[in-house]
Amino acid sequence: MTEFLAACVVAGTPLAFATVGELITEKSGNMNLGVEGMMLMGAVMGFLAGLSTSSPVIAVCAAAAAGAGGALFYGILTVSLKANQVVCGLTLTIFGTGFAKFVGEPLMGSSAPSEITGFFGKIAIPLLGDIPVIGPVFFRQDMFVYLSYIICVLAAVYMYKTRIGLNLKALGENTAAADASGVNVTLYKYAHILIGGALCGLGGAYLSLVRMPIWQEDIVNGRGWIAVALVIFVGWNPIKGFFGAALFGGLSILGLRLQAMGFNVSQYLVDMIPYIATILIVIFSTYKKKKESQPPADLSNNYFREER
Amino acid sequence: MDFIRITKRSDLPRSKEIIITILAVAMSIVFAGIILAVFGLNPFEIFREIIMGSVGTEMRIKQTIVKAVPLIITSMGIIVAFKMKFWNIGAEGQITMGALGAAWVAINLHGTLPQPALLLLMMAAAAICGGIWAFIPAVFKAKLGTNETIFTLMLNYVAIKFVTYLQYGPWRDPGAKGFPRIETFSQDAVLPSLGGVHTGWIIAVLATVFVYFFMKSTKLGYEIAVVGESIETARYAGMNISKIIIAAMLISGGLCGITGMIQASAVEKTLVYGIANNYGFTAIITAWLSKLKAGYALLVCVAFAMLMQGGDYIQIAMGVSSTVSDIVQGLILFFILGSEFFLRYKVHLGRAVEKEVA
Repeated sequence: MTEFLAACVVAGTPLAFATVGELITEKSGNMNLGVEGMMLMGAVMGFLAGLSTSSPVIAVCAAAAAGAGGALFYGILTVSLKANQVVCGLTLTIFGTGFAKFVGEPLMGSSAPSEITGFFGKIAIPLLGDIPVIGPVFFRQDMFVYLSYIICVLAAVYMYKTRIGLNLKALGENTAAADASGVNVTLYKYAHILIGGALCGLGGAYLSLVRMPIWQEDIVNGRGWIAVALVIFVGWNPIKGFFGAALFGGLSILGLRLQAMGFNVSQYLVDMIPYIATILIVIFSTYKKKKESQPPADLSNNYFREER
Repeated sequence: MDFIRITKRSDLPRSKEIIITILAVAMSIVFAGIILAVFGLNPFEIFREIIMGSVGTEMRIKQTIVKAVPLIITSMGIIVAFKMKFWNIGAEGQITMGALGAAWVAINLHGTLPQPALLLLMMAAAAICGGIWAFIPAVFKAKLGTNETIFTLMLNYVAIKFVTYLQYGPWRDPGAKGFPRIETFSQDAVLPSLGGVHTGWIIAVLATVFVYFFMKSTKLGYEIAVVGESIETARYAGMNISKIIIAAMLISGGLCGITGMIQASAVEKTLVYGIANNYGFTAIITAWLSKLKAGYALLVCVAFAMLMQGGDYIQIAMGVSSTVSDIVQGLILFFILGSEFFLRYKVHLGRAVEKEVA
């Protein structure tokens, strides 16, 4: 059982990065449906950089830069040029998918160098790793997983405890009011869209550098869309985002596990659960109107000061 | 005073609109060319081959039409929803469910009906299944105000996973030598050809004409546009908003479902889980680029189909990845989406002249 829970955390790690990334983006009032594309761009550029430099640090930075690069396109279009967010996000997914296939074609089937797979091997944290159950599940993982813990906690502290984080919240809830109170709308939006993109890129890189370190085209395989769903599922809360990611990650491996245990269930039916669960959450949250788990009120509205 | 000032345009002459759009397309092609050159490919050769590959011979023109058909019909469905500002990004799932409905009819009823009746029944089943898949989020939107973007998006995956389950599970053809596939449709469940291309192209033209007149000259079409412009106005005018949302989405999903029937019947000749093949997402973009106008959408979809077909061609002919066309597509989109800003806003450079108050 602990072994299964540890596997859930691993399966959830790419989702955790992407979810926190999209969550931060959405908090600034922008819904970026390009998560899948940015994850793919991060996955392929991280892999390419890792392959050519054998440096895990450079690989990770390249992945984050690629994700942020994709997000920059989206930011220019939606923030500066005020284009429709849904359409721009989808365009980014199409572009990112094409980009990853194009760059990745010559890499097909090559594996990440041993310097990188070695660097991202399992490392037990002293003391914490020895706690029963919690230790093996959370603290005998690889560096990348530990990074996801740090990111989720940092995001929560940033969003709830800092002045900038509160400004960010105000921006998403009522852009005009935030603008009037002196928040630099353009700067805030760009910064958070780029950070969000970088995190999505890291999520992709976890897949190509650690989880399955052999390049394959469909490596992200819809996880970007699950992340979009997760943001709603966890009510825009990064800590819940981490556990939600582990839960959805667990669901993605559950069917095969059950089959191995002799149960006759189809993985494809189990695969439907995250999506149905998200739909139920969306329905439930609109029905109940619970205040904390509502989307930012100004989500997907582009802001033009003179149109107030 | 800011150095750059932006103001909203009141109106824009048609000629200027066309110039800006052409400029955007030209810039995207230049930009795509630069990217290709960076990767060591000759952009001129690639662009020429993309055009030749899509319209160079009669055979390739037919291939292009086959790719344009699903894009056109799906775009029409999306136009109806988007006009209402109902962000239906569930076309992918509606296509898949439509194909599922058509496949059920084809597999269970073939041989019992004359071919035209069977095909019409398949189409009706597809429209109903696609319609139901759009009806579900529409009801929740109309009654509870549930966010339709996420709802429709999630339903895509539910549909695709469900068909995957059928394909690998209960509907798997035992005669397929171990391949996980659903049985091939019998000949009477396959759309016949007309002019060398399957008759889906006629349906695409009909769908375009239908949506054009539906939006332009029917009461419901008008009501959809009013709801899209302002729910408040619609309510003030005494329109039944719930009914309009649901009716519009049934039409939208129904059209997408018909796309599924055509793809299953004429292209794949069976049901596969990847039947929607991203057409549902690409159609959102084509619908948007055509400014939600049925006539323009026809042209934009053909242009996109040319890019897709040209991309497939250069893969075979030049050994260049077909993903080049995805990149070109993405760039064209980025530039056109960006250019829309210049259609709506005016940019003033330089300091504004401050009027002295005497």
